[in-house]
Amino acid sequence: MFMQEDAVFRALGDASRRTLLDRLHRHNGQTLGELCTGLDMSRQAVTKHLSILEAANLIAVQRHGREKLHFINPVPINDIAERWISKFQRSHLRALSALKKALEDDHE
Amino acid sequence: MNEAPRSTFVYVTYIRASAEKLWSALLKPEFTKQYWYGMQMISEWKPQASWKLVFADGRVGDTGEVLEIDPPRRLVIRWQNEFRPELKAEGPSQCAFELEPSGEIVKLTITHTSQRPDSKLILAVAGGWPKILSNLKSLLETGKPMSSEAL
Repeated sequence: MFMQEDAVFRALGDASRRTLLDRLHRHNGQTLGELCTGLDMSRQAVTKHLSILEAANLIAVQRHGREKLHFINPVPINDIAERWISKFQRSHLRALSALKKALEDDHE
Repeated sequence: MNEAPRSTFVYVTYIRASAEKLWSALLKPEFTKQYWYGMQMISEWKPQASWKLVFADGRVGDTGEVLEIDPPRRLVIRWQNEFRPELKAEGPSQCAFELEPSGEIVKLTITHTSQRPDSKLILAVAGGWPKILSNLKSLLETGKPMSSEAL
């Protein structure tokens, strides 16, 4: 496979970068400024994390007029899932994760 | 904040193939049904030509027109869902395919956009695109898709 899985796993192995992906998952297509809002990270640190995520193809950057918008790219994560999760397991896994979420949300 | 409240998802994959080979894999029915779970895109592939996406059993899934076509670099389709009433009610979305060759690799970017904020159509296709692209990459690089069962 051309897309280096090592780069994907390295990029995912950092809590700050996962936070940035979580933020894009909630609200896709944000500018650097929007992504920095409310984060305990310098603008330079966020820029560096974004470039690592982009090199691993986990985010895509598109220009809209004068702004650069960041989008989460789910394709590499799907490639990883396809490698170890068979099609027939998916519905069971979805049910388990829905159950876990429902039970854990209950305790909050 | 960004200009318009709209829904956009972007999918990027790098495939070891020529842009011409990827282009024909995107457009030719005998290719698409191998990686797109039996679905076929049907069009004359000219500007303003009608376009449809057809299930393996012949049902029409989505319809639209070719808005821009520049082989083998760029294709933009107006994309309207036809088979789920709540998605059909949203009206058209737009789907752009961009191919950027670089050496032996071609970068494929698919940008699917709706002018509606929180579009259910864009969410509905979000589950499909990564699987279709993983299959397409596998088909072009190894000669067989990861999974070819029809939906």
